[in-house]
Amino acid sequence: MNKHRASVLMRHEVGLHARPSVKLTKLAKAFQSKIDLGLSPDGPWVDAKSIVKVMATKAPKDSTIYFRAEGSDAKAALDALVMLVDGDFQDGP
Amino acid sequence: MSENVGIVIVSHSADVARGTALMVEQMVGSEVPLGWCGGNPDGGLGTNVEAIMAAIDRAWSEKGVAILVDLGGAETNSEMAIEMLPDSRRSRVVVCNAPVVEGAVMAATEAASGAPLEAVRRTAEELTPA
Repeated sequence: MNKHRASVLMRHEVGLHARPSVKLTKLAKAFQSKIDLGLSPDGPWVDAKSIVKVMATKAPKDSTIYFRAEGSDAKAALDALVMLVDGDFQDGP
Repeated sequence: MSENVGIVIVSHSADVARGTALMVEQMVGSEVPLGWCGGNPDGGLGTNVEAIMAAIDRAWSEKGVAILVDLGGAETNSEMAIEMLPDSRRSRVVVCNAPVVEGAVMAATEAASGAPLEAVRRTAEELTPA
């Protein structure tokens, strides 16, 4: 079983609002693995591929975002998601 | 031809429809085919079947089209527009029961991943309080 976890501090000025949520969800959807997102290491967890649920977390600036992923590309997915949040949701290449 | 479900925005106001389309383009990107219409030919408020059909045509995708509407006539005229589509397209166009601006962004985010029409509609409708 290919399970991974990661966490990252979100410094984005407005937190996990509309635009960052859309970017995060779109990126998560690019991977096959099941990916969850939470605001504490113990959850509660929401599906990182669900735009409605991600936006509903309303995570504020300076939250730590926790990810857990399970699947063949779990590691790559978490690396990419952490990079997105750590890079302040800048547009990738 | 796009591999993603298309999104159509129908508002009584051309400004609302255009503004919503701009939000979708800027927040989600250009990989989702978009059509929008709103207002009557005199510049007032309104919706009409022909303009909706043209918007469906602009947003057309083989995977289908999800329509977001604002109030009353926007919905009934959209349903009428769907009925007037050719048989081959009619079954691949749905009206979402969701708020127009938020629903359009949510639906487009789902569509951008290549999701099927039913998933796009479900995501938009997830917003609507039970």
